[in-house]
Amino acid sequence: MLNRQGRSTQAVGTEDTEMDMETFTGNKGLNHETPLIFEQGLPGRVGVDMAEPKEVKSRLGGLERKDPIGLPDLSEPQVLRHFVRLSRQNYSIDSGFYPLGSCTMKHNPRINEKVARLAGLGDLHPLQPVSTVQGALELIDSLAHWLKTITGMPAVAMSPAAGAHGELCGVMAIRAAHEANGQARTRILVPESAHGTNPATAALCGYKVDAVPAREDGRMDLEAFATKLGPDLAGVMLTNPNTCGLFETDVKKIADMVHEIGGYFYCDGANLNAILGRVRPGDLGVDAMHINLHKTFSTPHGGGGPGSGPVVLSEALAPFAPVPFVTHGAKGFDLIEHARGEAAASFGRMKTYHGQMGMFIRALAYMQSHGADGLRQIAEDAVLNANYIRVGLNDLLHSPFKGVCMHEALFDDSSLKGTGVTTLDLAKALIDEGFHPMTMYFPLVVHGAMLIEPTESESRQTLDEFIGAMRHLLGKAKAGEADYFLGAPHFAPRRRLDETGAARNPILRWTSPAAGQLADDVTLSAAS
Amino acid sequence: MSIKFTEDHEWVLLEGDVATIGVSNYAQEQLGDVVYVEVPQVGSDVAKGDELAVVESVKAASEVYSPVSGEVIEVNGDLEETPTLVNEDPLDGGWFAKIKVTDASEIDELMDEAAYKTFVEGLE
Repeated sequence: MLNRQGRSTQAVGTEDTEMDMETFTGNKGLNHETPLIFEQGLPGRVGVDMAEPKEVKSRLGGLERKDPIGLPDLSEPQVLRHFVRLSRQNYSIDSGFYPLGSCTMKHNPRINEKVARLAGLGDLHPLQPVSTVQGALELIDSLAHWLKTITGMPAVAMSPAAGAHGELCGVMAIRAAHEANGQARTRILVPESAHGTNPATAALCGYKVDAVPAREDGRMDLEAFATKLGPDLAGVMLTNPNTCGLFETDVKKIADMVHEIGGYFYCDGANLNAILGRVRPGDLGVDAMHINLHKTFSTPHGGGGPGSGPVVLSEALAPFAPVPFVTHGAKGFDLIEHARGEAAASFGRMKTYHGQMGMFIRALAYMQSHGADGLRQIAEDAVLNANYIRVGLNDLLHSPFKGVCMHEALFDDSSLKGTGVTTLDLAKALIDEGFHPMTMYFPLVVHGAMLIEPTESESRQTLDEFIGAMRHLLGKAKAGEADYFLGAPHFAPRRRLDETGAARNPILRWTSPAAGQLADDVTLSAAS
Repeated sequence: MSIKFTEDHEWVLLEGDVATIGVSNYAQEQLGDVVYVEVPQVGSDVAKGDELAVVESVKAASEVYSPVSGEVIEVNGDLEETPTLVNEDPLDGGWFAKIKVTDASEIDELMDEAAYKTFVEGLE
């Protein structure tokens, strides 16, 4: 049998048996198995040759450790092979298409990495005197300027470390503003389709979460929203475009209505990629919005992070922003590090140092290498790609909401009904086709949801290949080949994992078999 | 008193002034394999519509809302060790809490078994 590249996929005589074949080593050709690193240690094996230390006198007063610390003894090539082998079992945006909805897994341009590694930036320490890091502070200030310009907002807090941390920053600013006005408001509205972090953030800040239902067309129900307004309402948290991949067309009305009762509008900026350069959140009446630099501005995430979640703020919330922030002082750029003086109203500090500097560098490199026109094209291409997938599949899969989508295409599982194949099974079969699965079972308001976000990075060829694979699998499902799916993935380093078992009985810690033996011996001797 | 159901797929069975609450068979099917259940504190007061418990499955975490107002007088401690009870025996062994109700008439407006069956069929 030949694959699509015209190359043989099986050796002669191995047809139908290949999947059942076992090798002596457990390796599958060049895909190596690797034991846990603790299982590879051999006492006395070392990776470095150090001189024996001279006689040292302990100053720990008898508190020094007497027992071995239990780390494996390994050589350098062993360590290297272990982690290289593990990395080859991994999947990343560098190896293939990663259409995980709501995550914006776009290409991370290499120029970002090059700039981040420049010695003048990469070798800085956050405790250096301000006079020696003027360039770095200017970079933070420039990025802040770009973020404010793109969003049409007057202020930005740079320090939050990721999206949910940014939400926390925004809601803490809202709470500080209400407290400064002497108001004890107790409730925050969150739509049913929200990211789980929205209600979690509101709850962490001590607010009661009140869910607003969605309309038939997937947008927030404005009438239901209106009935929930009141003097006890601190604000509303809304994602736009929302998690159904739809633009909230009533967003300005929602902002006006919440402002009218003295509340604030938090916008979850997770889906900014869809409206970048096309819509300014400031024009929509947003009071606070986090920006996931690791999504929209291409800094690595999904295991390659860290994230970074600066929060743009309205005039009303700006005084309450966290410290530190960069200012223009008498001798150039300066850092305001404490909640006093001009930062007296600040709710305080939420992160050590100044934010995710490495991500700031990459995000600014991305912005400047794209330019304003390039950033605008990102949103256009991201939306175009999502709709290309939607149209490529909508005769086989059902869209719960009609019409054009934004940056992600959403399907429900009604087309799979009666096939014996679930959303989960389809996702597992996609792994066999060499793709990272789409987001499954989210948003919760859609039955068996499949949320597909291709991003602007992908070529038409990749999209066609993905659509082709999906059509192939859906054809199999509808032809009654459920068995194929129940066994998937067939070709991954591990087959179908027992997710229920892993969640119910997680093994979180490795215990040495020798220690286990010892414990048994102790129990035995105690019994005898 | 017969079993009643809510549109959020909780069931409630009133015996005297004590209501036992759980989730329906349809709910457990939709949730998939339940891996964790958080039950309320005994002695806590709940109002109708308040969050009573949280069910975590391999797919999602979902709230269970109290269909009645009153005081929680007993919770199903077995769920901590054996959350599978929600999947295996949703209408009996998988119960969540018993509430001493303050207003039994809150239950009148809920669906009986036949009405709930029709309601669920409408969702399919």
